Amino acid sequence: MDFNDTPEEAKFRAEARAFLEANCKPKQAENDRMSRSLKPEEYMKAAKVYQKKKAEAGFAGITWAKEQGGRGLPPIYSVIFNQEEAKFDAPSGVFSIGLGMCVPTVIAFASDEIKNRYVAKSLQGEEIWCQLFSEPGAGSDVAASKTKAVRDGDDWIVNGQKVWTTGAHFSDFGIVLARTNPDVEKHKGLTMFIVDMKAPGVEVRPIHQMSGGRDFNEVYFTDVRIKDSHRLGETGMGWNVALVTLMNERLAVGGSYGPDYKEIFEFARGINSPTSDGPLIKNEAFRQKLADWIVRAEGYKLTKFRTMTALSKGQMPGPENAIGKVINANQMMDIGNTAIEAQDHYGIINDPELAALEGAFHQSYMFAPGLRIAGGTDEILKNIIAERVLGLPQDQRADKGIAFKDLPTGR
Amino acid sequence: MNFDFSDDQKSLKDQARKFLSEKAGAKVTRGVLDNAAVSFDETLWRSVAEMGWLGAAIPEEHGGLGLGRLELCVLAEELGRAAAPIPFSSTVYLFAEALMLAGSDAQKAAHLPKVAAGDTIGCFATSEGPGLATPSSIETTFSGGVLNGVKIPVTDGDCAHYAVVTAKEGAGVSLVLVDLTQAGVTRTTLKTLDPTRGHAKLEFKNAKAERLGAAGQGWELAEAVLDRAAVLIAFEQVGGSQACMEMALDYAKSRYAFSRPIGSFQAIKHKLADMYVAIEVARSNAYYGAWALSTEAAELPFAAAASRVAASDAYYLCSKENIQTHGGMGFTWEVDCHLFFRRAKLLAVQAGAPAVWKEKLVKRLEQKNAA
Ligand SMILES: Cc1cc2nc3c(=O)[nH]c(=O)nc-3n(C[C@H](O)[C@H](O)[C@H](O)COP(=O)(O)OP(=O)(O)OC[C@H]3O[C@@H](n4cnc5c(N)ncnc54)[C@H](O)[C@@H]3O)c2cc1C
Repeated sequence: MDFNDTPEEAKFRAEARAFLEANCKPKQAENDRMSRSLKPEEYMKAAKVYQKKKAEAGFAGITWAKEQGGRGLPPIYSVIFNQEEAKFDAPSGVFSIGLGMCVPTVIAFASDEIKNRYVAKSLQGEEIWCQLFSEPGAGSDVAASKTKAVRDGDDWIVNGQKVWTTGAHFSDFGIVLARTNPDVEKHKGLTMFIVDMKAPGVEVRPIHQMSGGRDFNEVYFTDVRIKDSHRLGETGMGWNVALVTLMNERLAVGGSYGPDYKEIFEFARGINSPTSDGPLIKNEAFRQKLADWIVRAEGYKLTKFRTMTALSKGQMPGPENAIGKVINANQMMDIGNTAIEAQDHYGIINDPELAALEGAFHQSYMFAPGLRIAGGTDEILKNIIAERVLGLPQDQRADKGIAFKDLPTGR
Repeated sequence: MNFDFSDDQKSLKDQARKFLSEKAGAKVTRGVLDNAAVSFDETLWRSVAEMGWLGAAIPEEHGGLGLGRLELCVLAEELGRAAAPIPFSSTVYLFAEALMLAGSDAQKAAHLPKVAAGDTIGCFATSEGPGLATPSSIETTFSGGVLNGVKIPVTDGDCAHYAVVTAKEGAGVSLVLVDLTQAGVTRTTLKTLDPTRGHAKLEFKNAKAERLGAAGQGWELAEAVLDRAAVLIAFEQVGGSQACMEMALDYAKSRYAFSRPIGSFQAIKHKLADMYVAIEVARSNAYYGAWALSTEAAELPFAAAASRVAASDAYYLCSKENIQTHGGMGFTWEVDCHLFFRRAKLLAVQAGAPAVWKEKLVKRLEQKNAA
């Protein structure tokens, strides 16, 4: 067991550090984020420029195969890069769905020709992707997707509606799960495609989120044509393709998106306790909670290191990674909630000029409910842990042996 | 970076598990529980000594195997899994660690070989009553080579040959080594929540004793010993938590209600998923603690506190939800759930309660940030 870098790792870390120093500003405070000072279009532009530099310097796709423009290094090198990058205010997040979930699926299932067309451009930040799985009637039960794809010569014609599609409004391409055969059981009649988000018939309508943001969308398909060469995997095998995406999703998501224990610790040193004299950090109840947050945040971080070690030894990422989301989404909510209540009545103010950490605790309080849902709800992730990690019996299913078109539906 | 045990360490773990599944386990633990006259299982203690486990981390020059703390962590996890009814943690994680940390060459030479051989049982005595002990709350005194005062409760104090004790010496606190078999020591056996381990009240009346380490350094030394023990005990707690989860899983797969295995009900599944998450959080923190302990890293105090908090919480959760998963069966004396429920609480308070360690953790974060 060794937490220190090997000589090669140390060399890589120094390289990463030099690259970051040349291209980004170091963070002054834990909570510095350029996303807050820039307009969305400016942020996007900055993100693209940065991604290109990253790709050129060999820091994008660190674990991807060399043929895909990656560096073919073990996952621990991504961890090292991320550790260093976290010390800088780099524009991140824009490419995570594409590079974390969609493009790895393309690499796993597409022909060489298609890979040559898409992979390098994505890695260089020129093209952005979204994941079109969920539908109004098919979120947790994503295999209940109704969006229809019908074969027409060399093309498929797609009709239907997707929803909650993050980033669809600025994406160039997406991977879309569609029903190609309603006459068989629901998991067997699905097929996955690459869709051009700018193609005729694709309409993206932004959804206003409870957090105030507009990160996700409804997407409507009306007679959208997709070439058969853009099919991922065999016809009818879309569920297996989706599972690969979802497995990568659990590796890609799960980090903390807002202030963590370090920020609330700083906050507590500078604010009066609402229930006793002196700063909040001296309050016993607060200290006990803080300890819980430390232990879970560190525990999750260290669990990821264990996963990376296992991956480096050639093991596959398993459903174990589901634990990250279960821990972090709830912790984020809890930290936001505590920071707000600790300010007593004043805590309600979320004007960035007046609120603690420029309103970051409010943002995370309002975004945490979405995080408990996105990428699989807490309940679904616990099912996955129970069934696939611990081997408990599968849920009783009401859809076994029934053709998709005959399944009962609610609202 | 490599965040895992080595293949050799893993094979030691497998051997330990195999051995303990044959020679220890619930039957042996119950033997001690059901017999008020014994405080530990002698046969198991002897076999563990013969295998060299007691001296795993003791240097070879003092009769140990001279392996490292990582090996000890591996053994601790398996002993915890078996809820082994032997004074291992007191003797090895606390008493021997105190000697290795603070003892003179002569003290080490006199005691460590006997610990390694299984001939000396040791204990670590700090508590004098309910609530937090502080340097100023200690009433036991050490002066002129004699010890006076009362320690209560002392885990394994009813069977130990020696104790390491915190005592006032002048204005400061010192660590003191005392032979418990002498006339100046009175022991009273105590009834406790976990009768699978012996507990006593120790009274010292002019008992002969010697100092361990420098005068007035006792509080810092005791803290350092507890940090080491915290990591090792965390591994016992992780092992115990894992045992609870596996018991619950087995039962959930085989017990039927409403014509289905109860493990197909989500309320039960989610309980088990929660146990799994808590164990992984505890395990990862404990691994970090193990690394810090084995390399004497500056992070040890922080990592030790995090290990201890996570492991105490995980064991409490797993041991209580294991009972719940077993329904009415789980509440019976005959089913083993309560052995772990008891042990979980002993381990949670034995070397400082979770709340105490949470406070230490935050204090250590403050220190880290001040530096
Ligand atoms: C911020 C955000 C971003 C998103 N981005 C994307 C995206 O980019 N692409 C995309 O395809 N989708 C995206 N989604 C959609 C997301 O994947 C779904 O919302 C999610 O899977 C839940 O589905 P649902 O909303 O239909 O809820 P439902 O499935 O209707 O669930 C409602 C409630 O029932 C519970 N429930 C459902 N089934 C079970 C069960 N078997 N056992 C126990 N409880 C159950 C759920 O846990 C939940 O509490 C996003 C969602 C959010 C909030």
